Amino acid sequence: MSGNRSLPPVWNKVGRHDVFPEARHDEIARFNFLTNMNMHLSSVVIPGVREAYEQRAEPEFRKQKGRSPESRQEVRELMSRDSYYQWWSALRRSTMEMRQQAGRSMVLRQIDSINEKAAKLNDSAETLKLDSSVKVPTYASAVDIHCMPGCYHTALSDGDVSAGANYDCGLFVTTAGLLGTYTDGGGKAIAEWLQKDQPNFKPRRILDIGCTVGHNVLPIAQAFPDAEVIAIDTGEPVLRYGHARAKSLGVNNVTFMQANAENLAQFEDGSFDLITTSMFLHETSFKSMPRILAEISRLLSPGGLSLHLEQPQYTGRPVFEQFMRDWDTFNNNEPFWGTMHDQDLTAMIDATGLPAAEQFQAGIAASVDETIFPKVDTQSKTEDFGRAPVWNVFGAWKPVKEECVA
Amino acid sequence: MSVDYIAEAGRKAKGKRPYFFDDRQTEQLLNITMAIAGELAVTRERLDTIERLLEKSGTLTRESIENYVPDSKAAEDERQLWQQEFIARILRIVQQEREAITENQAGQPSMDEVVDSLSS
Repeated sequence: MSGNRSLPPVWNKVGRHDVFPEARHDEIARFNFLTNMNMHLSSVVIPGVREAYEQRAEPEFRKQKGRSPESRQEVRELMSRDSYYQWWSALRRSTMEMRQQAGRSMVLRQIDSINEKAAKLNDSAETLKLDSSVKVPTYASAVDIHCMPGCYHTALSDGDVSAGANYDCGLFVTTAGLLGTYTDGGGKAIAEWLQKDQPNFKPRRILDIGCTVGHNVLPIAQAFPDAEVIAIDTGEPVLRYGHARAKSLGVNNVTFMQANAENLAQFEDGSFDLITTSMFLHETSFKSMPRILAEISRLLSPGGLSLHLEQPQYTGRPVFEQFMRDWDTFNNNEPFWGTMHDQDLTAMIDATGLPAAEQFQAGIAASVDETIFPKVDTQSKTEDFGRAPVWNVFGAWKPVKEECVA
Repeated sequence: MSVDYIAEAGRKAKGKRPYFFDDRQTEQLLNITMAIAGELAVTRERLDTIERLLEKSGTLTRESIENYVPDSKAAEDERQLWQQEFIARILRIVQQEREAITENQAGQPSMDEVVDSLSS
């Protein structure tokens, strides 16, 4: 009996496939502990941060300066001295580090076997195209993104896929299962939104950028089974893993390719009808993002669509909420997170030749099996800022006639 | 096995680690405490599994647990390895502080500097 408490799904419900690590009893129990820790932090601990701000930190600031904090930087400076904020932050960071260690210990104790299974599934496949000349971009090497030791690109041995396996097994823990058994709630939401809102749109060639293990591109590939899908990333281990994962899940229309989205000269102008990114742009940089968007604009066919999924922009939000959403920038190794969420996305995309009139923006929620997962209360006051399965989707249609652009 | 999975599992993520408490060591102690809390939860879940299985089959007595002696070198090694992993897990924060010394020596910029460099 759980009373009226909302319980996260046990980790046993996670979606498996042939390259998914085999989990032992204690490894599952460890993930269950960490999932419940994440839930406790977001439902019990986080609301207290707002209380600490509103009831003591902000009034004290106002008393001294005669005004409220006017930017999230001011709130950060103020709250960094608040003991309750310190507790929450220390616990959150600690939990994330434990999640990395838990995933890596499970994956690495059986890594030879996982690598072997991946190699078998990937053997001489034409749908896996690796290119060792592709360098790791600065935005992926400056720090290990979301505190994953070795980031997406480190291989511990030849053909190592451990970075992908560790990422795959822990997403369910960090999101308390809210993104679905295969953590593909984002990709599913994109696919369903397209089918519902754009029933006549039938892309023949699709490009997904920053695919990592391909968890979000597979639902899109499945929604358009006749389309040729190309999923690119710079990280070799995640591509090897993602390709094997897709094969094992029976999705065969995706080619996983090692490539840098800042320069996709191997593809001709106008050669894709749909170009997607899912939770990728915030992991790039101020210099790289415009280059990537420009490549997307060039690669879109007339009448084609670009579609990006991210957490909501900061603009217009209260400074305290901005500050909470910005936690990951400094404390979860997501250095471009805050800057990305400050950008005028419309202007950025407009600058690539896709005018504001052709752009769209929508809010969508993760699409998951509600028989296993609790329904998401999108109005919940206990939102885990920046982690909620509710996204900002934006992008643009490429004008059909060239003169429309001019 | 091609890697020392216990050592590799606890590697530090590249990038300066933020500390939130006024005293760094107090926060490190929190990390150790939380790791122990996690392992206790794991043990509790394992015990719960055993109790439920025992309840079904009734093949085990409390006394046989009290008098248990590992019956092979393999069993001894398994248990000792578990102890090592347990300690590596709860003392990760101390080992990562050691890694941070080398990382800092190698010139790893502060998180603020990385944010700036990727944001302009």
